[in-house]
Amino acid sequence: MADFDLNRADPDFKHAVAGRPGAENISRCYACGACSARCPVGDLNPEFDPRRLIRLVVLGLKEEVLSSPLLWFCSTCYTCQETCPEGVDFTEVLFALKNMAAEAGFFPPSMSAQVDLLRKHGRLYEVTDFENEKRRDLGLPELTEKPEHFQTILEHFQLGPETEA
Amino acid sequence: MSWALFLGCTVPVRNLNYEVSVRRTAARLGLNLTDLPDFGCCGFPLKSLDTKHALVLAARNLALAQAAGHDIVAVCSACAATLAEAEHLLAGDPRLAEKINRELARINLTYQGGVKVRHYTRLLDEEVGPDRIRAAVTRPLTGFRFAPHYGCHYLKPSAIMDYFDSPEEPRSLAELIEALGAEAVDYPGLKDCCGGGVLGVNEDLAQGLAFGKLYQLSRLDLAGLVVICPFCNVMFEGQQKAVAKKHEVQLKVPVFFYPQLLGLALGFSPDELGFKLNRIKNKDLLKAMED
Repeated sequence: MADFDLNRADPDFKHAVAGRPGAENISRCYACGACSARCPVGDLNPEFDPRRLIRLVVLGLKEEVLSSPLLWFCSTCYTCQETCPEGVDFTEVLFALKNMAAEAGFFPPSMSAQVDLLRKHGRLYEVTDFENEKRRDLGLPELTEKPEHFQTILEHFQLGPETEA
Repeated sequence: MSWALFLGCTVPVRNLNYEVSVRRTAARLGLNLTDLPDFGCCGFPLKSLDTKHALVLAARNLALAQAAGHDIVAVCSACAATLAEAEHLLAGDPRLAEKINRELARINLTYQGGVKVRHYTRLLDEEVGPDRIRAAVTRPLTGFRFAPHYGCHYLKPSAIMDYFDSPEEPRSLAELIEALGAEAVDYPGLKDCCGGGVLGVNEDLAQGLAFGKLYQLSRLDLAGLVVICPFCNVMFEGQQKAVAKKHEVQLKVPVFFYPQLLGLALGFSPDELGFKLNRIKNKDLLKAMED
């Protein structure tokens, strides 16, 4: 992400981001960098820089932001959000950006696997006789799955560009 | 009082030592926990992809608790935060609540708001408190030093957690450890994130985050690290061998769930608290508990 072509920038992008729940305060950012200074992910991987991501959004570099794998490196520790003197909820801003990226078809493969598991089992881990036997040994009650609710709720949930319509 | 026990996906399958300790210690301390078999995923795994669907899944669990007449106690910090956040968002936005209820109507549920969600550690702190725990201890863990790990979602976002403990200078877990007669150690990396949130996306990064804390702790004279979240446990216990190998260091930091230590101090045996399932043993601690 070295050079940017501002002719391709989308001036409405920042408004679209600010329209998402939790990301409303993004325009308050005055680029002090407190978020970046305390980010533990940025500490290990300097390419992950919350202040820089906000600047890219404000500049309207939609494609660069939404296609960047960096979006998914946030550990959701909320340190930036607790630190920001302007009340920008950057962890929530990133959730908004990840939602928009997923709608545009950019998301790590592990994410779609989780959706499949929820549809099938209503849980991230399948519960079989093997699990329930181990639970019985410790005197723990049997677990059941209720996937019907999840199938109904996630009926129209689709990953990829289709959901943008 | 009684609470609906929200186990989440990971604990009832991967951390039976945690679950059995929560159930035994709650019963001993007079906290009545009820199982709601229809509870399912809290919604957190979907939040990155679609916050609205994640919110419906969270609200589904809140609605189930409300129908049964219970507040919720969760044992996973991510579940506790996700469910508490859902209650917070729906309480502050009637139009959003209406929208979510239209989705819930498709599975014959409705949520009217008002279910309080707390983490089991917070429940111990607020409903029992360190003083009453100290009074209930029959086998103090005197002489053992433990490092608390609060994790991120137990304390934050602080606005959603009613600021019950400071994210900058947290005290609740250290006080609960000290109530057992043990020593809670302060250390520079106290507030560091475990990295669990990115394990599925970037293993190097996740292990790098866990390494910082584990390496620091390996150089202190400690009986072990105390966690209260299954994600933190995955990183510090489950990944410890891989982290040591990748960073070419020796690591042997025992990791315990707080209710396991509470259970020991209340007189339960290590077997009753699932200590056999802890992967990195502390023989001195276990030996002291046999006497």
